[in-house]
Amino acid sequence: MKVLVFVEQSAGKLKASSKELLSVASQASAEIISVALGEGSKDISDLNEWGIKKHYNGSAGALSKPNPEAYLSALTKIFETEKPEVVLSSSNTLSKDTFPRLAVRMNAAFISDVTELTLGATVSARRPFFAGKTTGALEFTDNSPKIILVRPNQLTIKSPGASAAPEFVTIEADAPKSQLTNIEKNPSSTLDLTEANVIISGGRGLKEGANFKMLEDMAAPLHATVGASRAVVDLGWVPHSMQVGQTGKTVAPSLYIAAGISGAIQHLAGMSSSKVIVAINSDDKAPIFQKATYGLVGDIFQIAPALTEELKNLAK
Amino acid sequence: MRIYVCIKQVPDTETRIKLAAGASQIDEAGVKWVINPYDEFAIEEGIKFKEANPTAQVTAITVGPKARVNNALLTAMAMGADDSILIDSSENLDAFSTAKALAEAIKKEGAFHIIYSGKQAIDDSVSAVGPMLAEFLSAPHSSAVTSCEYKGDKVVVKREVEGGSLETYELPLPALIAANKGLNKPRFASLPGIMKAKKKPVKEYTMADLGLGDLKAKIKYSHFELPKDRPACKMITGEPAQQAKELVRLLREEAKVL
Repeated sequence: MKVLVFVEQSAGKLKASSKELLSVASQASAEIISVALGEGSKDISDLNEWGIKKHYNGSAGALSKPNPEAYLSALTKIFETEKPEVVLSSSNTLSKDTFPRLAVRMNAAFISDVTELTLGATVSARRPFFAGKTTGALEFTDNSPKIILVRPNQLTIKSPGASAAPEFVTIEADAPKSQLTNIEKNPSSTLDLTEANVIISGGRGLKEGANFKMLEDMAAPLHATVGASRAVVDLGWVPHSMQVGQTGKTVAPSLYIAAGISGAIQHLAGMSSSKVIVAINSDDKAPIFQKATYGLVGDIFQIAPALTEELKNLAK
Repeated sequence: MRIYVCIKQVPDTETRIKLAAGASQIDEAGVKWVINPYDEFAIEEGIKFKEANPTAQVTAITVGPKARVNNALLTAMAMGADDSILIDSSENLDAFSTAKALAEAIKKEGAFHIIYSGKQAIDDSVSAVGPMLAEFLSAPHSSAVTSCEYKGDKVVVKREVEGGSLETYELPLPALIAANKGLNKPRFASLPGIMKAKKKPVKEYTMADLGLGDLKAKIKYSHFELPKDRPACKMITGEPAQQAKELVRLLREEAKVL
């Protein structure tokens, strides 16, 4: 089986999410072709460990920016040359823009946000539905190539311990019709909610938007990312990029702290697969306590500062 | 100028999901069906475009079982869409076949100016129909769009990517725009709007009408499972300072997440 793996790098090394994909391919003893695009796509120091046969890379012209249309052009060329049976990438905004179009071009089956995946004579995979209210298995009904996007932090990383350098092949993109003219970076240095290991979310119990500062203080010693419930996003207290739930982001961190969130079903759907859940709420009947590992009934304005102190002491 | 808004009917976000016998799909009994929340932003943007360009014709389009999805089209027309196209299918289509059906129906109508869709549907969240439809129609697209500025034969959009960063794209029209929350504030259907909607035209197709009678989904879903119950919550009592101390101890020593 030939598997094309779209990999991403950070500071010259493979991202953990890319290692998850390479682990799946290597466990299936597949012939692995990798591709990375953009700046640094050629200089990934740990590619050698994965038994990759060929590494396509390119950062010239339109590929210097993360424009989905340019990525699609490069991926089309690679696909036509390699004719892989399976294509793997992490699930994110860029891949969800690029790979569905590749699937149309290549008459391939496409699915995103897979959380369980084994490659073999048959491909077995599962994914969540309704933001995690249920999960289902995928059945591929024909022999079309399969393009599968995997949600980060779901699969086990296991390197085959190879030590051979792949053959490097440079790829270029055709000029895109759409132009990426500006990228405005979020000044916050914290991880995206979907990648964060610890999340502290606030809800209506915080009384007003300015009080999210209290959660940011608590987040600092934990290097946590601050999230929010739909109610407070709809009230305009915080931007939609912070919303956790069925109409926001689905998250599964090691630790999720819900502060002043009662736990509407659509919020619970988006966070209940977190490993440990802490609920802090003044109402001991709040539905959030049914999902929580640890519950604290009380005044968030007293508990949050006390918790921040404890966490600061721990960090010292 | 022809404008399309693609909509999908989904179970309301408050729905408690139950599984049908055999667990090959969810139990739809008692489910309240609504327009996918992200598609409401698409409808609103289409109507706003028409308000700025009165000659535009805004068509709502959907794929699904006629008896059910008709209601979603009526709502879109009550909000302000001019007419609708309903592709009647009771099959559980995958993103590929849905996009193909939408593309074939739109091609029958001739040229288009802008297609709006939601960035994802909140039922399966595959997030692929918009980009696939754009590909079938050889048009550029941008998704997770939070603002649109129309400049003649171009549209300048801002979109949100991981971590809340904003990217600006300039797209030549015709193009497809997949809406994110924040693009606009969808209006409610007014009572006169609802009365008018009942008289607005709905064009109906079957998959066979579109030459897709033999189209099979490349992916099917089965073996659904509900999440396992979590163990009972351990309540931590006492003064706030004691609660905080005990919580940190448990997170370190018992849960081992700190």
